[in-house]
Amino acid sequence: MKELNSMRLEFPSRSANEGFARAAVAAFASQLDMTLTELGDVKTAVSEAVTNCIVHAYPDMIGTVHMRVRIVDPETLEIQVKDKGRGIEDVERAREPLFTTGGEDRSGMGFTIMESFMDEVKVRSKPGVGTAVTMRKKIEKRRPVR
Amino acid sequence: MKLTSTQNGGKLTLAIAGELDHHEARALCVEMEERIEEVLPRDCVLDLKELRFMDSSGIAVILKVYKHMNALGGRLTVRNVPDQPLRVLDASGIDRMIEITAGEPD
Ligand SMILES: Nc1ncnc2c1ncn2[C@@H]1O[C@H](COP(=O)(O)OP(=O)(O)OP(=O)(O)O)[C@@H](O)[C@H]1O
Ligand SMILES: [Mg+2]
Repeated sequence: MKELNSMRLEFPSRSANEGFARAAVAAFASQLDMTLTELGDVKTAVSEAVTNCIVHAYPDMIGTVHMRVRIVDPETLEIQVKDKGRGIEDVERAREPLFTTGGEDRSGMGFTIMESFMDEVKVRSKPGVGTAVTMRKKIEKRRPVR
Repeated sequence: MKLTSTQNGGKLTLAIAGELDHHEARALCVEMEERIEEVLPRDCVLDLKELRFMDSSGIAVILKVYKHMNALGGRLTVRNVPDQPLRVLDASGIDRMIEITAGEPD
């Protein structure tokens, strides 16, 4: 896949940055001329992945959240959210609806939402090393990026 | 994030404005629980008309309020849900437990 444009973003795992990450990705993605629904889906998926880093990857500390957003041909938005935190023991199980290690404050729906709002969600994780979530969404017949 | 509450007899309406994510969830939850404990309503209505964004953190918040109302023997309905929060609620399947309407209240 040919890369047409890209950006990187890195910030401390403070919850105030959840809204910042959504807004930054939305601003970058605006060059794709997406529908409001598509933009809402992308913001939601970003919010889920970034919140997981803040809540689960770095539970008792402030770590760094790394994001890379790419626009690749043909008209696909690719978002990678990466942490060097705790990692996930069993990724398949973690992706199941309602599975959570977060107790009452969490619903265990984050991965399910990412999967239903994006076309593709890949999760790579190693306990003690970190997690990378890569999501792709095809943007329907919009004007091309110049 | 802003919470406006209105009481009308046994009915408590909690209107949430802004973006509901993990950053906002805890404080909002505490505030809503306090209002419910004060009023002890029979009917609680969550009005989401001014909710610009919600993610899965909002599902947990709504479930908590739902459980709270159940424990009081009352009812919870969610009203005026904009498109983005509605898509999140639909994906979560929470609409099988809680009455959710996208449109204006009756
Ligand atoms: N970046 C991460 N680092 C470590 N563990 C993670 C990470 N992301 C997810 N997990 C694990 O996967 C589980 C499922 O994640 P998911 O986002 O689906 O649900 P949740 O975060 O528990 O709840 P919700 O997203 O509904 O608030 C989490 O409870 C956690 O155990
Ligand atoms: Mg999550």
